[in-house]
Amino acid sequence: MTTPPPEKPDEQPRIGVDEWVASAEERRARTLVGRIEDAYERTPAAVKLLALALPFAIFPLFVDSDYLMQVAVDTLVFVLLALGLNVAVGWVGLLDLGFVAFFGLGAYLYAAVASPYAGRDWEAEFAIPAIAITVAVAGFLLGSTSRRLVGDYLAIVTLFFLQLWLVVMVNASFTRGPNGISDLYPLEFFGREVVSLEGYYYVTFAAFVLVVAFLYLLNRSRTGRAWRALREDELAAELMTMPVNRLKLMAFAVGAGIAGVAGALYAPAQGAVFPLNFDIVLLITIYAMVVLGGAGSIFGVTVGAVLINASLEALSEPDDASTLFYVAGVLAILALLRRPSWAAPAVLGGTAVFGFVVHEAAERWRPSLVEGTTFGQARIDELVDSWVLLPEGIVTQDGLPDGATGKLAYLGLVAAILALTLVRNPLWRAAGLVPVLYLAACVWENLLVAQPAVARFVLIGAMLVGLMAFRPQGLFGRQRVEVV
Amino acid sequence: MSSEPATPLLQVEGVSLSFGGLACLSNLDLVVGEGEVVSVIGPNGAGKTSLFNVITGVYPPDAGRILLEGSSLLGLDPHQIARRGVARTFQTLRLFLNMTVKENVMAAAYGHTKAGVVRSVLRTPGMRREEREIERLAEERLGFFGDRLVGYRWRQPAYSLSYANRRRLEIARATAARPRLLLLDEPAAGMNPVETHEMTELIGRLREEGGYTILVIEHDMHVVEGISDRVIALDHGVKIAEGSFDEVATDPRVVEAYLGTSATERQ
Repeated sequence: MTTPPPEKPDEQPRIGVDEWVASAEERRARTLVGRIEDAYERTPAAVKLLALALPFAIFPLFVDSDYLMQVAVDTLVFVLLALGLNVAVGWVGLLDLGFVAFFGLGAYLYAAVASPYAGRDWEAEFAIPAIAITVAVAGFLLGSTSRRLVGDYLAIVTLFFLQLWLVVMVNASFTRGPNGISDLYPLEFFGREVVSLEGYYYVTFAAFVLVVAFLYLLNRSRTGRAWRALREDELAAELMTMPVNRLKLMAFAVGAGIAGVAGALYAPAQGAVFPLNFDIVLLITIYAMVVLGGAGSIFGVTVGAVLINASLEALSEPDDASTLFYVAGVLAILALLRRPSWAAPAVLGGTAVFGFVVHEAAERWRPSLVEGTTFGQARIDELVDSWVLLPEGIVTQDGLPDGATGKLAYLGLVAAILALTLVRNPLWRAAGLVPVLYLAACVWENLLVAQPAVARFVLIGAMLVGLMAFRPQGLFGRQRVEVV
Repeated sequence: MSSEPATPLLQVEGVSLSFGGLACLSNLDLVVGEGEVVSVIGPNGAGKTSLFNVITGVYPPDAGRILLEGSSLLGLDPHQIARRGVARTFQTLRLFLNMTVKENVMAAAYGHTKAGVVRSVLRTPGMRREEREIERLAEERLGFFGDRLVGYRWRQPAYSLSYANRRRLEIARATAARPRLLLLDEPAAGMNPVETHEMTELIGRLREEGGYTILVIEHDMHVVEGISDRVIALDHGVKIAEGSFDEVATDPRVVEAYLGTSATERQ
């Protein structure tokens, strides 16, 4: 069949061709983001996959800190989890909230086949495939209890299974409850133990390459096509010869199997398993990775997992966290307030000036409000010190907030944000944003920066909210059209 | 051609369907012969789409039998019925909007391809041959509509198509499922007169070139007149008339169903 050349826009309108719809693609391709997207689309898959694997492959050559290697191993485990979750969530569109239980099951199964507690020491080349298959079967079984549920109902039932798993693992005596199982045997391939962090890194990297190849090929097969079809329209897919229920169960099983592999690699890398390693916080983190990177895109969720995990690590250091807070804040304002064009610079400039004025006024009339110093020691903190209000004693010596004042400020911030959402007039809204942003900075410096556990999730949440306003499909996701 | 066909492809016998107290279909009988084009007409809410839903297995009927070539379709899942050779389009279009035009058609070939997960991931020669075959099948099915759905259109997402092209794509998708019986639910709805005329010709070609037996729901009487071997009129889930287009169009009960009682009295 010969390919006719695309229509030229100056040709006469043809029957059955909606001109506006037909030219939508053209208009999109003219924007900068459109061009970047097109370049990304045109890149051959092999190049993309290579670009994905290469940084991971050469990473250890440039790093000799144990801490960073440990972070890298964890990151790869997270990447595996995000890839596994992407099967059900990104490709098939099933809101599976029980996913982390499969990760936990994989880890506990490793403990069951390779620990002094279990009295077994299986070789990894046998244990890992066995665990992958067992967990995939578990995913299949979990899926079959809920295969007729969709949307919120599926989410609630799968969340129930995750809670059930946690309760059992915390309370059961055969898993030693919250004490977990420790002294796991290290991975051992064909009689050779993996002892170094580099070793674990490369084993996990190998698993990553295999999983990516597996998913990539599966996505291009008739199975992947059927998954996408049933995500688009379940009923139409069923009526077009696709066995929807079986396809959903397959998706659950494949995702669970990948989570099982991740668990079987994570457990020996940690040397121990504890039930609370596999809780809802982890689930939300993995979801954040998938959403940020772009659900449905292998490349995207990998990037999302790396970004989120790197941010979480950076945010646990007050110095890095502070810098990240202000950089992310400025970027978020620039991204969110794109129209009218004066809004973002005006709000940012206004906030800066507002801060210095308030600080100056406080210094003159109520010096007690600026007696404190910033918690972080980064370069930006010197500047911040002369900008935000820092009363002495909101943060106590051991880094914990001292109660009433900090919490009041925090509540005030939440209330102010809520009040701001009620303002309709864009001018007033921009004006109201200035004190709210300043208050946010004060709350950050006085309360959150000293509490990385809370602060990092608040910030990741803010990042996601900003991204969703700017690019709802995630960084590398493809924009979906729901109803036209 | 108002006589009973010799080789029935589809037999619907005494089928009833109700939701709560609302009877959508009551004790409906109909037969579609091999190679026939049968139109189902009736006012809104007459049960036409419910009939399609019962045949394709979306709703199990409360009573009655549905036979395809003499074997019962009851108790089968919709995808199994589709594999036996019943494919349909939808009144409210249900395309896979975010997939490309070609993928939409290829997806419907799922039922007669076999490559499982392992073969797909290993890309065995058999799997690759199968992929090439369904790609060719998709190109051929899309080529059925002249140059409207070929070439650069293959790679476009389905949502970028115009309304009429979406209707065509739905038909192409349904034919890729390799049906014996094609159920078209208002194929000309929302089309302009030229497109409607094209659709009339197209349904004729589907029968001649594709060899499909076609059961079609249509409101446009010009289309119905142009395509039908037989016409069946439904009202409130009951068959009120059956026969040639002229017989049904002048049947007093049909006129009444569409226009009300006084219209028949005035005649």
